[in-house]
Amino acid sequence: MSTVGRRETLERTEADQVVGRSAVERTEVEEQLEPEQELMTINVGPHHPATHGVLRLVVELQGEVVRDLKPVMGYVHTGIEKNCEDKAYWKVIPYVERMDYLSYFFNMEVFCLAVERLLDLEVPPRAAYLRTIHMELNRLHSHLVWLGTSALDLGAMSMFFYCFRERDKVLDLFEMSTGQRMHTRYFQVGGVFEDIPPGFAAALRRFCDEMPSRIDQYMAILDQNEIFLRRTRGVGIVPRERLLDLGVTGPLLRAAGEPWDLRKVAPYEAYGDLGFAIPVGTVGDGYDRYRVRLAEMRESVRIIEQALEGLPEGPWIADDRKVVLPPRAELSTSMEALIHHFKLVTEGFRAPPGEVYVAIESPRGELGCFVLADGSAKPARVHFRDPSFVNLQALRDMCLDGYVADLIQNLAMLDPILGGIDR
Amino acid sequence: LPDAPGLELIAQELNETSSDSVLGTYHEHGQACLVVNPDRILDVLGWLKETPGQEYRFLASLHAADYLPAEPRFGVHYELLNMPRVERLRVKAALASPPDGELPELDSCVELFPTAEFQEREAYDFFGIVFRGHPDLRRILMPEDYVGWPQRRDYPIGGEPVIFTYNERETPRWWE
Repeated sequence: MSTVGRRETLERTEADQVVGRSAVERTEVEEQLEPEQELMTINVGPHHPATHGVLRLVVELQGEVVRDLKPVMGYVHTGIEKNCEDKAYWKVIPYVERMDYLSYFFNMEVFCLAVERLLDLEVPPRAAYLRTIHMELNRLHSHLVWLGTSALDLGAMSMFFYCFRERDKVLDLFEMSTGQRMHTRYFQVGGVFEDIPPGFAAALRRFCDEMPSRIDQYMAILDQNEIFLRRTRGVGIVPRERLLDLGVTGPLLRAAGEPWDLRKVAPYEAYGDLGFAIPVGTVGDGYDRYRVRLAEMRESVRIIEQALEGLPEGPWIADDRKVVLPPRAELSTSMEALIHHFKLVTEGFRAPPGEVYVAIESPRGELGCFVLADGSAKPARVHFRDPSFVNLQALRDMCLDGYVADLIQNLAMLDPILGGIDR
Repeated sequence: LPDAPGLELIAQELNETSSDSVLGTYHEHGQACLVVNPDRILDVLGWLKETPGQEYRFLASLHAADYLPAEPRFGVHYELLNMPRVERLRVKAALASPPDGELPELDSCVELFPTAEFQEREAYDFFGIVFRGHPDLRRILMPEDYVGWPQRRDYPIGGEPVIFTYNERETPRWWE
């Protein structure tokens, strides 16, 4: 595209021209022309590529305008919470990873934090930093998948390939440090499974050097794409107070101008030591949600760089033999280590009776975990407050009296993960 | 979080506004908790939300738990949050086990906290706790025609036994 053409595009996409009259106003004019338009109920999904999973939306349409919307879910419910009650604490970790399959480190983290709080177990500083690094990489990964699929929903096919190229690099890093690309089971109660291997820090630095320029590229592609701008600007605005009433958290809330981020207000792991900003939006439309997430990706890169710089030396897992597996090398020399190993693997550790609710900031908002311990080696109840599940309630407010095409946009910018909703 | 005297003050003021509303208070793992009378749950939540100086306006999570064999058997937990002060307070409605064939009931707080709509449906779906006044109380994750309350502690987890040589005889003709 020549420079002249680009400037013209930018001029034509000024906000007021893009937004124009609202969908309601436009339909009201049309309603005068065709007063006999009836309500029609249609199902969007459960198998629809734009629903990002197996979500079914029962939509009442008047012409092309959404008059009512009811989400129906549960198609991929696998009873994870019930199954957790039948597993020892350390066996729960791989289960809960598979709920929200794009933010598996966060699921592990919140469960481990809850159990650590039940046990009053301190995590060594190196483990806290390694957890922070992996969670922020996971946030990048999650936002990259969101950006690729959402842009795909809005017709920008190439974004999908660009985003998945970078996502693969994140997965390569996961493979290097944890041995798995997804569902790594890297976090343990008390720390992390293993120290990072030699060469990981250098690879991570290379990635961090490269990533900001990639984010610039994404923005260069989308911010000058007239279709993208027209479809996102001024669409799906819900007032901040309403979002708070609906319990919405995460980028959706921040895009509406509320600077609420659990990493900042209630720091856990290493976030208290690291400097980062909380991007907020002003309007709260789809475009703001996109901008907030991209700005968050930049902040994640900053957090990773700082955490890598300040990574303390020392053990990466707590030294509590009643909870943490002994090092492999000790098994052949120490009888006690062998006994501990055997007890931990067969029975698992016991947590004292009590209940705890812990919340962390996942890529989609407040991810909470409630664990009820009855003194045995298995939790008596595990409940996850999944941000997608709660945020989905805001979809009706976003879509009401808008077009069906905007519904797809709103759903894409809401970023629900059905594995997390259905659990 | 409200410290121990603060929590006692809250409990005292609540009991003055609405008698017998708070049954107990405790601190656990750095978290304050109010155990309340389920008949007064709306008074308590409304008071905590609206009273100046309290203003727990954000319901972070609503979930149920089954304390079998303890009595009262069910607990519905409201994780309230005061955003400006970053204070969390757990309100626990202790629900007694009803006579056979009946479901425990509790007032719905959807009017106060619209976010509770899906979460109350979830508690109903898995524990069979009926929220009176909920606009649309149906199963949410389980199939509509499902019978039973799967997350109660006395509900079997199900599944097929894995066949080893030692339990081969307990499941005759397992290969069919």
